[in-house]
Amino acid sequence: MSVPETYYLALAAALFSIGVVGVIIRRNPLVIFMSIELMLNAANLSFVAFGHRLGSPDGQALVFFVMAVAAAEVAVGLAIIVAIFRLRRRLSVDDLNLMRW
Amino acid sequence: MEWVSFVIISLVALGSALGLILKRNAIHGALFLVTNLGSIAALYLMLGAEFLAAAQVIVYAGAIMVLFVFAIMVLIPGKEETGPDPRRVWRLLALPAGGVLLVLLAVMAVTGRSPAPGRLPAGSNVETIGRLLFTDYLFPFELTSVLLLAAMVGVLLLARRRA
Repeated sequence: MSVPETYYLALAAALFSIGVVGVIIRRNPLVIFMSIELMLNAANLSFVAFGHRLGSPDGQALVFFVMAVAAAEVAVGLAIIVAIFRLRRRLSVDDLNLMRW
Repeated sequence: MEWVSFVIISLVALGSALGLILKRNAIHGALFLVTNLGSIAALYLMLGAEFLAAAQVIVYAGAIMVLFVFAIMVLIPGKEETGPDPRRVWRLLALPAGGVLLVLLAVMAVTGRSPAPGRLPAGSNVETIGRLLFTDYLFPFELTSVLLLAAMVGVLLLARRRA
């Protein structure tokens, strides 16, 4: 007997929530980035689960685009973190209040 | 059989996700994330998305995580997680917030009206995705190449020593 898609969606919900908590409780920007990847993957998993349920490959095509955008986002984000580290010599997100109102 | 593999893979996915956000060492976090991405690739296989499972391993576990490990080795993080935390109370509020979010999402997933079930088209999954990408999604596909080029140029600009 095959697993209903609802269980995949519940797993994706759990992974997304863990990613949200990770973004909030961690102080290291690199780990925050990895938690964002976790959230992206949870969203991808629900895309694929819905596509499986509907019998449509469009969900998988969307996940392909999400992966491409995530790759670009990670490259730019890590470059920004490296540039900030060169400028400030510190890496905690609590110190990055330059653009606060 | 499918249930057994689903339960095992989800436990691995949840455990590695918790390990990512709970371990202080960023390299351990990166290894946990690789485990998590691999288990999600296995779930893609179970959902009949072979192309995405392969792309997940190549793009995420291969390219993106190597980039992360390089950044961790260049920056050598770790000191910022050990000192006293002036915002500890605010950070601990994340736990109830995450719990509420989890309950909301799970209720939506379980009670939501489920659409009429269909079947994925028979035949090779790679062929189906390839045809879809080059017919219906041709314009977004080309836009993706522009986006990747822009990201590459932007990263070169940001990473130059004297920008």
